[in-house]
Amino acid sequence: MISSFPKLINATFVTLKLLSASLLIGIFLGLFFAILRINKNVFVNKFAYGYSYIFRGTPLLVQIFIIYFGLGNIEWLRTTFLWSILKEPYWCAIIAFALNTGAYTSEILRSAFQTIKPGVIEAGKSLGISNSKIFYKIQIPIAIRQSLPAYGNEIILMLKGTSLASTVTLMDITGVAQKIISTTFRPLEVFIIAGSIYLFMTFLIHNLIKYLEKKYSFQQ
Amino acid sequence: MNIFKKTILTVLASLFIIGNVSAEKIKIGTEGAYPPWNSKDASGNLIGFEVELAQELCKIMKYECTIVEQDWDGMIPALVMRKFDAIMAGMSITAERQKTITFSQGYADEVASLAVMKGSSLEGMDTPEGINLSLGGSDVKKALKTLTGALAGKTVCTQTGTIHQNFLESGDVGSVNVRTYKTQDEVNLDLTSGRCDVALAAAVAFTDYADKSGKPVVLVGPTFSGGAFGNGVGVGIRQASDSAIGKRDAKILKDFNKAINKARKQGIISKLAVKHFGFDASM
Repeated sequence: MISSFPKLINATFVTLKLLSASLLIGIFLGLFFAILRINKNVFVNKFAYGYSYIFRGTPLLVQIFIIYFGLGNIEWLRTTFLWSILKEPYWCAIIAFALNTGAYTSEILRSAFQTIKPGVIEAGKSLGISNSKIFYKIQIPIAIRQSLPAYGNEIILMLKGTSLASTVTLMDITGVAQKIISTTFRPLEVFIIAGSIYLFMTFLIHNLIKYLEKKYSFQQ
Repeated sequence: MNIFKKTILTVLASLFIIGNVSAEKIKIGTEGAYPPWNSKDASGNLIGFEVELAQELCKIMKYECTIVEQDWDGMIPALVMRKFDAIMAGMSITAERQKTITFSQGYADEVASLAVMKGSSLEGMDTPEGINLSLGGSDVKKALKTLTGALAGKTVCTQTGTIHQNFLESGDVGSVNVRTYKTQDEVNLDLTSGRCDVALAAAVAFTDYADKSGKPVVLVGPTFSGGAFGNGVGVGIRQASDSAIGKRDAKILKDFNKAINKARKQGIISKLAVKHFGFDASM
């Protein structure tokens, strides 16, 4: 049992890599779609709504399977350059995770944008600041600060979501745990160790967000 | 005591006696995802060589058997946790598994083989038709060397927790880039899609898939037996102990061994093997 620990620690890096890559892509997707959501144009608005509706409305596991096994089964796709990306389980997982977290992030940011008090924007306007500057320098920073608690939650959900990468052959914490069990037949002990690693990472993420919330608090 | 009470007591007592001599009830676990060994039909019923063999063996043992489904990666833990009493799931008898559970005598031989998609560069590998790793010798050494060269840099796919994975990770064929899957179905899917350059499993698992899907999957290289591939497929049973339940496990093992002997003599195993595999894999 002790010997399985270093293997699981190594696997933690795979989990962290999956998490950070998908969060990074996801946050840009989220910001992009949140901006589309507050757009007045009906088509743009509906398109962004459709994206978040589909990815929040279906299980992450199904999304991974569609991208990995589903797209992998389309013959003509395998002749295009896209296959060089979709061939790798690693990229399939990141694409699925990023699209999923992007949908949730867009909703978090949208509601944050909508809670900004009109007075703040009006104050900017009365000072003669341009509209785009108001958006980038006032609205976006406030929205990000507003969404920190909800986004912290999303990071934690995503961390646990990465365990699904093991279903497409990736050797993350869960994947390695299953592999160790397949030779030791000790599910209880190994899953408890794996669970503790997730718990510890959640603890770190939780405290980081708490620190950021305090640092960027409005009541300084 | 009036006559009425007496009658009731007698009826209850006789029921108790009948209950005691009635057939032993056991559950047999199988994967239901490794055709033609065990799989499911369109309506979800378990079918395949081992499902039919289990029914025959239970008939001989006069056991009342229920066959239940269990994912491969949880098979041995589920047996140990008493979710069922025996495993019949194409599980080869290996020393590694014998540390945790025990096996009946083997009832069939699982011949393993590599498979590729038609047109692969691995086709036409120059190796003997079959190698037995337990025998060793220069032929086996030469074949393993050829395989080491052929598999270098290739993605080799196989199911998690199988003898095939053990072999690929044993170092016999160098350090191979192994990718493991939860089920053989997923291995087949990724072999077809091209994510896997080559796959390793029971030869019949590939020929069965090629037949049913129409995909150009072909066997390459030698067939494997012995060594990491174990000593045939047997019924997995909990290790016996001195407790009452442990004694029951010992009895189940004894009965399975007797039943396999009988089924073999009557030609039942060979008949089922030919029906499902196309050749006599009985042992």
